[in-house]
Amino acid sequence: MLGFVVKRVLSAIPVLFMVAVIVFMVLRLSPGDPAVMIAGPNATTEQLQDLRESMGLNRPLLEQLFLWLGDIARGDFGVSLVSGKAVTELVLDRLGPTIALSLTTILLAVAVALPLGVIAAWQQGRWLDRLVMAGSVLGFSVPVFIIGYVMILIFARYLGWFPVQGYKPLSEGIGAFASRLVLPTVALSFPYIALIARIVRTNVIEVMGEDYIRTARAKGQTERGVMTGHALRNAAVPIVTIIGVSITMLISGVVVTESVFNIPGLGRLVLEAVLARDYTVIQAVILLFSTIYVFINLAVDLLYGFFDPRIRY
Amino acid sequence: MTSDTAPSKPAQTELDLPDMAEARNDSGVAAMIRAILSSWPARISAAVVVLIVAMAILAPFLGTVDPVQLDPSQRLQGSSAAHWLGTDSYGRDVYSRVVYGARISLAVGAGTVVIAVAAGIFFGVLTGYFRWADIIVMRFMDGLMAIPGILLAIALVAISGATLTTVLIAISIPEIPRVARMVRSVIMGVRSEPYVEAASVLGTGALKMVWRHMLPNTVAPLLVQGTYIFASAIMTESILSFLGAGVPPETPSWGNMMADGRVYFLVKPELILYPGVMVSLTVLSVNMLGDVLRDRLDPRMAKRL
Repeated sequence: MLGFVVKRVLSAIPVLFMVAVIVFMVLRLSPGDPAVMIAGPNATTEQLQDLRESMGLNRPLLEQLFLWLGDIARGDFGVSLVSGKAVTELVLDRLGPTIALSLTTILLAVAVALPLGVIAAWQQGRWLDRLVMAGSVLGFSVPVFIIGYVMILIFARYLGWFPVQGYKPLSEGIGAFASRLVLPTVALSFPYIALIARIVRTNVIEVMGEDYIRTARAKGQTERGVMTGHALRNAAVPIVTIIGVSITMLISGVVVTESVFNIPGLGRLVLEAVLARDYTVIQAVILLFSTIYVFINLAVDLLYGFFDPRIRY
Repeated sequence: MTSDTAPSKPAQTELDLPDMAEARNDSGVAAMIRAILSSWPARISAAVVVLIVAMAILAPFLGTVDPVQLDPSQRLQGSSAAHWLGTDSYGRDVYSRVVYGARISLAVGAGTVVIAVAAGIFFGVLTGYFRWADIIVMRFMDGLMAIPGILLAIALVAISGATLTTVLIAISIPEIPRVARMVRSVIMGVRSEPYVEAASVLGTGALKMVWRHMLPNTVAPLLVQGTYIFASAIMTESILSFLGAGVPPETPSWGNMMADGRVYFLVKPELILYPGVMVSLTVLSVNMLGDVLRDRLDPRMAKRL
């Protein structure tokens, strides 16, 4: 087991390295001189030369790459080209809202999708199943921002149940915090409910065909007992995987949702950085999200290993 | 293949030849279309897709006016005989923009499929057939997969400038690793098949081997994957444009319309809802067709998802 864990953890390193290389390449090899972009069109040749010197842009590309990787390894992500603040500080400032939104979304998605998937599997082929499946295709075909705007329109504007937009940290009271988080959470959770419910259904149906389910039924286990004690337990591994995948997929949804609901999180930070061409911030946020992706995948892999000893080889 | 041929089949096994010939003919496009259209949701989705394609092609003949023409005196009008769905904040005709928007969305969808599938086949063959390339290229693909597609696309568009081409490339790049992985796994799977080994013994060259004996196995899964990529590309384009990192702002695309409508959302929500419904309808229909194709062409995958 230990060998398996070590091997998997080590296998994440080349992926992270590749992510860094790709992010570096995207920002350096794309058309346009970073110095010109940063200094603006009115900069003089000397100013550009100074800037290239100070940013190390005149050194060989490979050397630049390794210098940059060294900085990252020490936790130094540089300073924002726009505000001059440390990138780490900017990111930490915006982390709270994003974490809050992601956590509530994934909790809601799992809480709704698990029963839906189980019900659909139970009623396989009947109208309830079809309804859930149709809803599921709909759920990931409607853009999150459309769901968001429709919800704002109905629940904030016409019914007046929630504030239209904005975010208040938990420190300003649970009411202010929660009331502003409800709509974005529900809007963002739609595609993940759809995705998770679908996977739960498929896997429960698959497990229900196994011999041990027939055995459980034959020995007089109730349908409910069969489902919770046998079917769900054995369908757990793929379900855990898809929850992991959903968390990694949340990231793109978060960017959009924060923008619709005016939430000052990491998604908004990256958008602001893109509009201002603040490359150091873009690099850092992309690296952060990619690292989260790699680690969630790692966690899912390790969970697989715990659940199913065959995978350890 | 109707009901009258089916019962006679077991009785006359020796006379199966004409039947098989027919089956071979049937394995082509006609059979696929028949398979796709075998259920009502699939028929409706196919009809919607056909309608949207027709709308895109016939856009100039559908009672539209110039979708980019500004008319500041006619800002934010309601529906009228002159402007069927009213006008936006620049006085442009919303109906015409919705109709012309289909062109951008379909072009982005199709373009992305072509780029992603071509690049995916290239890297998939490279890594599946030539083992020396496998480690480096696949690590690279793993890295690419780890980067959130939307963020990568936003960054690419922001850096290289917002044109239809950069948007296409930016949307395609994050899709490549999945195609490459699939092609690679198919190629690796057939490497040890007897017919591949036989061809190898006969001295078949690498190119011919890949083209004649290996790639045909990828057609069915690629068709399924391509359909999903088409849908997801349309979705991604609308998200990118909505966030202001998409096709040039004056282009009449559904995403741009929604971006323009954001400020006026509480006053005139239909500015977002009309294009929003079009995006949803298109993506939904294409996804449904993808599900049908997957169930028909790739039963193994259908079981998994």
